Amino acid sequence: MYNFELVRPTTIADAASALGHEGAQALGGGQTLLPTMKQRLASPETLVSLTAITEMQGVCMSDDGHLCIGGATPHALVAREAVAHYPALAGLASHIGDPAVRNRGTIGGSLANNDPSACYPSAALGSGAVIITNTRKIAADDYFQGMFTTALNEGEIITEVRFPIPEKANYQKFEQPASRFALVGVFVAKYADGVRVAVTGASEEGVFRWTEAEAALSKSFTADALNGLTLPADGMIGDLHGSKAYRAHLVGVMTKRAVAAAA
Amino acid sequence: MVKVNMTVNGKAASGDVEGRTLLVQFLRENLHLTGTHVGCDTSQCGACVVHVNGTAVKACSMLAAEAEGVEVLTIEGVANADGSLNTVQQAFQDHHGLQCGFCTPGMVMTATALLKENPNPTEAEIRDYLEGNICRCTGYHNIVKAIMAAAGQDVSRIAAE
Repeated sequence: MYNFELVRPTTIADAASALGHEGAQALGGGQTLLPTMKQRLASPETLVSLTAITEMQGVCMSDDGHLCIGGATPHALVAREAVAHYPALAGLASHIGDPAVRNRGTIGGSLANNDPSACYPSAALGSGAVIITNTRKIAADDYFQGMFTTALNEGEIITEVRFPIPEKANYQKFEQPASRFALVGVFVAKYADGVRVAVTGASEEGVFRWTEAEAALSKSFTADALNGLTLPADGMIGDLHGSKAYRAHLVGVMTKRAVAAAA
Repeated sequence: MVKVNMTVNGKAASGDVEGRTLLVQFLRENLHLTGTHVGCDTSQCGACVVHVNGTAVKACSMLAAEAEGVEVLTIEGVANADGSLNTVQQAFQDHHGLQCGFCTPGMVMTATALLKENPNPTEAEIRDYLEGNICRCTGYHNIVKAIMAAAGQDVSRIAAE
């Protein structure tokens, strides 16, 4: 890994200021960025660690009934503290990576990176969450803009993620056993005004909403309502772990499982 | 170079580190605590697991400078006060939970973290918790058995495989 300067601000304002310098890059838990830097695929001059900012840590319920998660909150804490409020989200967090990765990796880091096979993007998009940054609020529908691409500007920091609580939800991950990323993951959430279905791991465009399934499930929230619905293999990820057609098929299977398991 | 201060196995430790110095490098090269191993260096294998403020982390994927002010526990710090093996270590010895031993420090640290969170885990829970720790020798069977034994479970009916 090339050398860099590490700074550890303790406030969002100081972090934003440090990120305003050229060659600066935010560091969340480092579970993706540090391995990437070891491979010399990234070589920032300055890393701005967000882990010492206490105002970006923790899980709480807002007065209007949203689950609020600080951007620097590690997955393990979400798994523990969200379970009473949003069990499907806590379940997702409890199966990211492995226990040691979950103790470091953060929700803000995952959403900022927007890996096409990461779990959290499906929860944010499937819940219609709001991504709150140091400068604005971004609806999940506007936030994800393709593989490793988001609406974030240079130096913008995810300070909080706000999830509306659904009536029922579930996340089903078909795991790639070596990496623990989703070969296909589907997050299904039923709200009073309709059902949202977000798919990760499958598409070359990153996380996406399966709108045909949403329409069918909004009429009847049963696995059978998905009978006959399929996604085209075109545009799916095809690699040594699974072909495009295999992933397209898995989306249907995992969506049905998520509906059946939703609670 | 920046100066970093932390507590390692109950003792104050400090040193000058580069931004890129990993916690595991600091432990091994500055403090000469070489019980924490570097297997893959890509956060896959878990040989470098240590506890930071009581939770398991991969010391190859955390910067030393980010450990400012934390408490680190390594494999060198887990034995009983009189130097004898602690319950988890003894169980690994009793049940032959290792062959070459390279993964063992990380396995013991991860097992210790598991038993702190869940004092009486099922076999499935143990295997799930060990997902981030790779062993190329044992096939995991005796590692799982050792952790069940460390939890006080009767493993006499579980055959070695």
